[in-house]
Amino acid sequence: MRKSEKLITNTIRIAGSSSILFLLLIFVFLLKEGFPTLQEISFVELLSRRWYPIEGLFGILPLISGSLIVTISSMIIALPFGIGTAIYIGEIAPQGLKEIFKPLVEVLAGIPSVVLGFIGILVLSPMMRTGLNLPTGLTALTGAILLALISIPTIVSIAEDALYAVPKSYREAAYAVGATQWQIIWHIVLPAARVGILNAVMLGVGRSLGETMAVMMVTGNAPTLFSGLDSFISPVRTMTATIASEMGEVASGSAHYHILFFIGIILFFFSLLINVTSSSLSTRPKRGKDQVVS
Amino acid sequence: MNLLSYYKEPKNRIDRNLVQKIGFTGIRLITVITILPILGIVVFIAIKGMPALSWEFLSAMPRDGMRAGGILPAIVGTLYLMAGTALFSIPLGITAGIYLAEYASDNLWTRLIRIAIISLAGVPSVVYGLFGLGLFVIFFKLGISILSAALTLSIMTLPVIISTSEEALRSVPYKFRVVGISLGGTQWQTIWKVILPQALPGIVTGVILGLERAVGETAPILFTGATFYLPHLPSSPLDATMALPYHIYVISTQIPGMPITIQYGTVLVLLVLVLAMNIIASVIRSRARAKRQW
Amino acid sequence: MNNIKISIRDLHVRYQDGKYPLRGINLDIIANMINVTFGPAGGGKSTLIRVLNRLIDLSDVDEIQGEVLLDGINILDPEIDVIELRRKVGVVFSQPIPLPLTISENISFGLEVAGEKDKKKIARRVEHALRQAVLWDEIYDRLDDPASSLSGGQQQRLCLARVLALEPDVILLDEPTSALDPVSTAKIEEFLEKAKDDYTFLLVPHNQQQAARTADFAAFFLQGKLVEYGIGEQLFFNPKKKETADYIQGRYG
Repeated sequence: MRKSEKLITNTIRIAGSSSILFLLLIFVFLLKEGFPTLQEISFVELLSRRWYPIEGLFGILPLISGSLIVTISSMIIALPFGIGTAIYIGEIAPQGLKEIFKPLVEVLAGIPSVVLGFIGILVLSPMMRTGLNLPTGLTALTGAILLALISIPTIVSIAEDALYAVPKSYREAAYAVGATQWQIIWHIVLPAARVGILNAVMLGVGRSLGETMAVMMVTGNAPTLFSGLDSFISPVRTMTATIASEMGEVASGSAHYHILFFIGIILFFFSLLINVTSSSLSTRPKRGKDQVVS
Repeated sequence: MNLLSYYKEPKNRIDRNLVQKIGFTGIRLITVITILPILGIVVFIAIKGMPALSWEFLSAMPRDGMRAGGILPAIVGTLYLMAGTALFSIPLGITAGIYLAEYASDNLWTRLIRIAIISLAGVPSVVYGLFGLGLFVIFFKLGISILSAALTLSIMTLPVIISTSEEALRSVPYKFRVVGISLGGTQWQTIWKVILPQALPGIVTGVILGLERAVGETAPILFTGATFYLPHLPSSPLDATMALPYHIYVISTQIPGMPITIQYGTVLVLLVLVLAMNIIASVIRSRARAKRQW
Repeated sequence: MNNIKISIRDLHVRYQDGKYPLRGINLDIIANMINVTFGPAGGGKSTLIRVLNRLIDLSDVDEIQGEVLLDGINILDPEIDVIELRRKVGVVFSQPIPLPLTISENISFGLEVAGEKDKKKIARRVEHALRQAVLWDEIYDRLDDPASSLSGGQQQRLCLARVLALEPDVILLDEPTSALDPVSTAKIEEFLEKAKDDYTFLLVPHNQQQAARTADFAAFFLQGKLVEYGIGEQLFFNPKKKETADYIQGRYG
């Protein structure tokens, strides 16, 4: 009897550690296929301004610029709306409305990004073109709007948790000295929750940075470097879209192939940075083992 | 000082209420603007895609270069991918969740595991695609196949299942474990007979939500298993397959003369699948909460 | 001549966070008697209970010194079969904790994990345990109802029946009636008195009066030390140590 218990325990232990194995595997295989880039392409070339693989130009700056433009603008849109909605659902909404809005936000979370990209092409892009009088509706801003929709559920959910975690006693004390609910939210709850909200922001950024399909479908796929405010309403190319659209056409083992993996390493590294930092911002309460027999 | 002035409303109390009114209205407005696109998108797709839905659409093979006929192979392919993902990620994920909730002590290795899980959760989907390409398609020589894609999707889904399983197990009160042990049960016996059954609804909810995401993802299957044209249904796990998200991407961006109704119809099918899983998970969650014996 | 069921020799318990709940305890638990450990909170009585069935293994212990001999065998020895020990030394906690299962599943749990597969035998043992705990007549017709549907007093008797089903030698009770009404309390105390011949009891009483009512042997614990020990009636009416006398008379609590 005890032998089978030991076997079960060991199996469980091994399964428990599997995530470390997988993370290492990802790192190793990205490195395996992406490292040759550093031997094939000089640093100067990598940091040049033109991404034109057909002619052997592998400057990744426009791609990084594209990702940054789209991510930053999506956050400018997503943060007020996401945090505002979180405040509404967490602090202001009556119980009945809360139970309608929360699931609705979760529905948004479930919509596949390719579906949002689809709507982007057919609905949003024409609107942008006619509304802003642009040559094309496939721009960074279009992508940013879609990305905002994609990251809002993450931001709402985590910000709401952060607001919920603010102790009731803070609010009660403020009510007792005659503050209005708005003052309490603005001056007490939000500052108290700022770490959690920062966490929500970071995860929103991570989500936007890593999104592929929606941006691939609506940002126009033109690798151009940032050149002022105009860039926001021009086509761009993100790192993710580059990998997704070009991987199908590359010869295995070619320089182009390797550099796509290299870009993948850059994305992997940034997402790692964001997520590890965000996790250190959130703490887990320990469970008391001595609470039963008192 | 006369008594009347004592009881008059001080000026700043009026201002405060005004500020609150403005603030609340702003928040409500923000929330509505956030929620509207969600409803709008779902309704819009439903209206535009409904005309395409017919039994033939769902059960027939495509004709005329996907421009007519049905989308059966895409639906079947998506279901195969879901089944494969479930097969690999559920046992491993739940077991890892059990490890973290019941066996892991608070040491460096456990913290590394948690960091690994968070990191895996943050890896961009296109990077998973690269990883799957490097490891399964090329290194393990599985080629572009359902197997490669399902394995890739499984690793992507693992963090969600592990986290929700751990959460569900932790939510079961500690005292039950103490009682089980005090009656002469081993740790595993107590988990198997008491804790796991109680955590099951939460675990199932997490599994469904994890699979829901896997079903809607395009980037991980782009270079690992998805293909656009398949003359017949896949007959082995080593076949490549059509899949709804990839199909939507191609027909909306790369096929000239693609009837709009078929595009909306395909999107509607994917949307219905995803939303149905969402609803099922919610129902399970609320029914379990009602039936809880603690 | 009384038989000694458990002999505790120079027992020290220290936790990793620095707490030192038991300091040099020397105590005999007498067989087929109601042994009572009483005293103010923090005295180490609950810790002692957790040592006796090795539930203390679940906590962050720094060090346990000394010996605890059950029928002559040291239960602190890492080689002993802890699982079997917990079947021989059962425990009832201060809060009724029914498992989230049916009434009969609660009681058969211990038997099933012990490997018992004969369904008829299990059913018989379940009934017998419920009768012993004076619960059978109240619930015989709803054995498949969830245990959480029982009242507090019934749940605690269920927890007692759970332990009885394993046919233990020793039953530890840590303030078993603290959450119960007087009627249920009386039922439990009645059980203890009647079942003495079959079991050895160690009871941490809920209050002084319960201690005085039930104790055959009593031990007074103060801040981790055993201050005084003796026959129940003698200890309560004629304590030898000042601290004991002060506590009994209510000068501190």
